[in-house]
Amino acid sequence: MSKTFSLSAKNLIRKPGRTAILALLTAFLALAVFGGSVVVLSLRSGLNSLEARLGADIILVPTEAQSKVSFQNMFLQGTTGAFYMDASALEKVTEVEGVEKAAPQTFLASLKADCCSIKIQVIGIDPEKDFTVQPWIARSLTKELGDMDVAVGCKVEANVGEIIRLYEQRCKVVARLEATGTGLDTAVYCNMDTMNALLKAAEEKGVSHKIESGSDVISAVYIKVKDGCDIDAVNSRLNGHIRKATAVRTRSMITGVSDSLAGVSRTVSGLIVAVWMLAFIILLLAFALIIQERAREFAVLRLLGSSRRMLSRMVLTESALCGLLGGIAGVGLAALLLFPFSQLIESSLRLPYLMPDAGKTLLLAAGTALLSAVMAALASVAAAYRLSRIDPGTVLREGN
Amino acid sequence: MMFKAENISKRYFRRTGSANYFYAVCPLSLEIMACGVTVLAGRSGSGKTTLLNMLAGLLAPTEGKVWLDGTDLYSLDDKSLSRLRSEKMGVVPQGRSAIDTLTVMENILLPARLYGRPEPIEAARQWMEQLGIAHLADARPAELSGGELRRMAIARALAQAPDILFADEPTGDLDDGNTHIVLSAFHDFACIQKKAVFVVSHESDAFQYADKVYRMDGGQVDIMH
Repeated sequence: MSKTFSLSAKNLIRKPGRTAILALLTAFLALAVFGGSVVVLSLRSGLNSLEARLGADIILVPTEAQSKVSFQNMFLQGTTGAFYMDASALEKVTEVEGVEKAAPQTFLASLKADCCSIKIQVIGIDPEKDFTVQPWIARSLTKELGDMDVAVGCKVEANVGEIIRLYEQRCKVVARLEATGTGLDTAVYCNMDTMNALLKAAEEKGVSHKIESGSDVISAVYIKVKDGCDIDAVNSRLNGHIRKATAVRTRSMITGVSDSLAGVSRTVSGLIVAVWMLAFIILLLAFALIIQERAREFAVLRLLGSSRRMLSRMVLTESALCGLLGGIAGVGLAALLLFPFSQLIESSLRLPYLMPDAGKTLLLAAGTALLSAVMAALASVAAAYRLSRIDPGTVLREGN
Repeated sequence: MMFKAENISKRYFRRTGSANYFYAVCPLSLEIMACGVTVLAGRSGSGKTTLLNMLAGLLAPTEGKVWLDGTDLYSLDDKSLSRLRSEKMGVVPQGRSAIDTLTVMENILLPARLYGRPEPIEAARQWMEQLGIAHLADARPAELSGGELRRMAIARALAQAPDILFADEPTGDLDDGNTHIVLSAFHDFACIQKKAVFVVSHESDAFQYADKVYRMDGGQVDIMH
């Protein structure tokens, strides 16, 4: 194998033009496969992350939030939003049959003004009741969120230890959270006491959060349904039991995103297949042309004692090496286009977008390069077969 | 070394004429001297190259057998025949036969490299010297003239020290001086290394170096001397 390998390698190195053309063709193939796969994987990871962060079967929000779809936009696009309902809604939720857990959250949007360092979504959680955000925060912060402590999403421009001002209140950044690929990456999290302080400070700045009853407020209740209970039935009971609020199944929120993701996935997959087929056909043609160009060379090798199998192996080795070279180049090019512009892609798609981790990306890159090598080798099978069966005597005489 | 052909022929189909086939080589038998130069002479189209290809294991005869040391070449599978051709035969074909991506020296050592045999570097240098192409060892085939390429192919065949060397019109591209250098090399190879050389040539210069001469005409072979 090594004897034919070294001859194949020399052929590739000493015919750089021919090698470059074949490698370029497979590079397009690898670019489409790797680039497309990363986009699709990022969208899927984003959706999974969104599901994990929602983490509840049902979310109860004020009716106005549901109608304005502002709640969904908070998760998907990171837009700021604030909507409130009476805090007693939490107690009413727990009274409903089938509810296992209920955790309140309160939202506040900071201002782009002197009183605030940054315009951002602030989310208050109750660490004792919370079962959705807390596990995520726990990965970056080993203690509980203290008063006037905040944990920031990965896209918030604030470092651990830094002080940020929200409505003239000084909040200390105690943790920077892992990326989720959702709008939650642009939010900051605090406990309910901090949130109440911020709400009071916002009130003083003229940002009203009061509701008609004048009592304490919350923005959403995250609900976990008991095992074995029909989630739709619990959802209906919640909607019948609580006024001025709507219970929404998280799956219905995700369905819209999932449908969009399926659409984008189909388009990207279609493009991958189209580029793949085109590149494969061009490779077939290229190898067919090479047969004519190299017939004499292979006739000589046959004359010198190469068996048909050796010649086939030589052609397949050369094409696989070309494919590998092109695959690596294509993956590199895709990486250059994808990674620096991931923010742009994310904002263009308007969907949760979480790039795969380094290990998965490397595995995908290696797989793509390997696949390119296999495809190039497959495209050259017919050429290898024909070259291995040439009649050296005739070919060498015809060349005179 | 014992090399002989028994009743070999090559028949091709054709659509014109009274018969639907013709003989490029009519049934014939011949034996090649183990130590000596055998020349096959004849006009163009007389079937010389077809006969050489059949003898060299490159073209299966329609009928008959080709024996090398008791082995029927065409009873072997492709792998075994290829290995046997690499180990025991050297072939100098008509026309260009260089691998363009290799240097002259790499081309000469290629048959050994293909099977991982020790590279006959000293023999290669010696034959290149004798054939007047020693200075071209590191050149690429594209830099060589037709005559130099032909001598490279001859050096490649000689350097492997095969039991039998087949050469098809080896002096066709050469001037008189180089023609005699090449024919002398064949003669030395046959006499000193006790090997067989089978040369197809239509040039009379070849006869004076031959131990045996066959003439071929219309697919049939006669002994001249």
